[in-house]
Amino acid sequence: MTGPTRIAFQNVSVRFPTPGGGDMQVVDNVSYDIRDREFVSVIGPSGCGKTTMMNIVAGFMQPTAGTVTLDGKQISSPGPDRGVIFQEYGVFPWLSVKDNIAFGLSLRANRAASAERDEICSRYMRLMGLAEFADAWPRMLSGGMRQRLALARAYAVKPQFLLMDEPFGALDAQTRSAMQDLLLEVLAAENKTVMLITHSVEEALYLSNRIVVMTARPTRIREVIEVPFAYPRTDALHESREFGELRSHIRNLVMQEYAQQALQRNPQPA
Amino acid sequence: MFTLAIRRDAYRPVQRIALIFLPWLLLLAGWYAIHYSGLINPALVPTPRDVFWRFIELSKTRLPMDVLMSTRRVFLGVLCGIALAVPIGFMLGWYKGIRTFIDPLINFFRALPPIALIPLVIVYFGVDELAKTVILFYASFFAGVIVMYEGISQISPIYVRVARTLGATDAEIFRKVIVPLAVPHMLTALRVALGVAWATLVASELIAAQQGLGALIQNAGSFFQLDIIYVGIICIGFVALFMDMALRAIAKRFVSWQERIA
Ligand SMILES: Nc1ncnc2c1ncn2[C@@H]1O[C@H](COP(=O)(O)OP(=O)(O)O)[C@@H](O)[C@H]1O
Ligand SMILES: [Mg+2]
Repeated sequence: MTGPTRIAFQNVSVRFPTPGGGDMQVVDNVSYDIRDREFVSVIGPSGCGKTTMMNIVAGFMQPTAGTVTLDGKQISSPGPDRGVIFQEYGVFPWLSVKDNIAFGLSLRANRAASAERDEICSRYMRLMGLAEFADAWPRMLSGGMRQRLALARAYAVKPQFLLMDEPFGALDAQTRSAMQDLLLEVLAAENKTVMLITHSVEEALYLSNRIVVMTARPTRIREVIEVPFAYPRTDALHESREFGELRSHIRNLVMQEYAQQALQRNPQPA
Repeated sequence: MFTLAIRRDAYRPVQRIALIFLPWLLLLAGWYAIHYSGLINPALVPTPRDVFWRFIELSKTRLPMDVLMSTRRVFLGVLCGIALAVPIGFMLGWYKGIRTFIDPLINFFRALPPIALIPLVIVYFGVDELAKTVILFYASFFAGVIVMYEGISQISPIYVRVARTLGATDAEIFRKVIVPLAVPHMLTALRVALGVAWATLVASELIAAQQGLGALIQNAGSFFQLDIIYVGIICIGFVALFMDMALRAIAKRFVSWQERIA
């Protein structure tokens, strides 16, 4: 993977003010490049600052120090070029399944003619297995279906980037595995650059080109792992020896960081 | 393939109607029982039959005008109250910073019973229609504003974020995200305000009203015409009930995406 750099973190630090009047460092001098059409997973102890980093790429906030650039330009606001999949889905409850998918296409930023809009909606409803539920309200859908709907809605505006924050965390194991395969399938058809935050080492290994393991807060990059497996990937990959070895290696790193975090929070008397 | 909607009421139409009327029949039975029990001097409890005939009699004279006047006052008061409560409630709910300062003020005024304000209202607004509308306006504004801002402040910011990432402008976010999320709360505010306004009606018609259900009750009170008092009270109850039912029917149309209508 040696495409051009698309998203670049340059010496990014983030501090948040604390209620006491001080401040807390969350991200500590992170530099990292995401290249074109890469699938990068970010893994690290919870509360370390992963969502914060994604929020900067999404354009919801600015780093305290350093810059995050997209194609060389500093990111200053959200935009339809970066589709965001939130952990809590954020499906619009007042719109039907079809209208949820069509929402982005009805905006001035990416307005499509109604025939084209219909076509895009049907395509993604078919792809995501939502075709029979076109007129259903989101409250009638299961968790997996809502997640697929959120994905379809983000896809409909053709973002070049997908930013996903623990998107499958709330799903059961079977649904989760099906969603991973679906994601790979969709990505194979439409090239996109992906940043995925996950807690699952298996998921990161199964999906990505590269895995960035973050340290406990204030978070730095602990290690970047190149994932050597070719696409398309199948379930059998989970059983391979190399997969197993990488999995234990990454698990070890993450466990060490969790231990570090526990130590910071409850320091042991010397 | 899947059954999407679960049938909510498993009763057949005949059963439904029976179940709707049952509590009313029990109420009537209880009323008769109290009248004939001897626990209370029967002269102080007119029977439903007396009240019904009095109702028929009044329907031919002043009652239609009373109902009309009261309904009009409630309608006007609630309309003005809600017209102001919706934008203000929205601002308070959406801009959390303002709330800290305004909240105590709103709760202060809301705690004042409208009846206590009547003498002041007479001083400032006189004794005619305006004064009554002001009282009802006051009552419905404070009831509506609270419902509105509580509701708006519970809207999750995630929908706005999602819309932004899809490329929505501020105007589009307002029109396509915030308004649909605010409509259910507006309708609830309207319903609550209507309820409060009917409850305040008698008080507002204490102000030298000649017509209106409150006036009917007041006048009957001074002549100890208990059956007329009952007619007035029952009319208020029914008109309020019908308004609420109409509003609920409208709400159902607008917010069918919600599980249930508050
Ligand atoms: N807006 C904010 N203000 C103050 N503190 C925040 C804010 N956002 C996140 N934090 C804190 O920053 C730390 C990292 O949060 P987050 O990036 O959500 O972690 P992660 O996604 O890795 O679990 C947490 O301790 C969190 O409480
Ligand atoms: Mg997070």
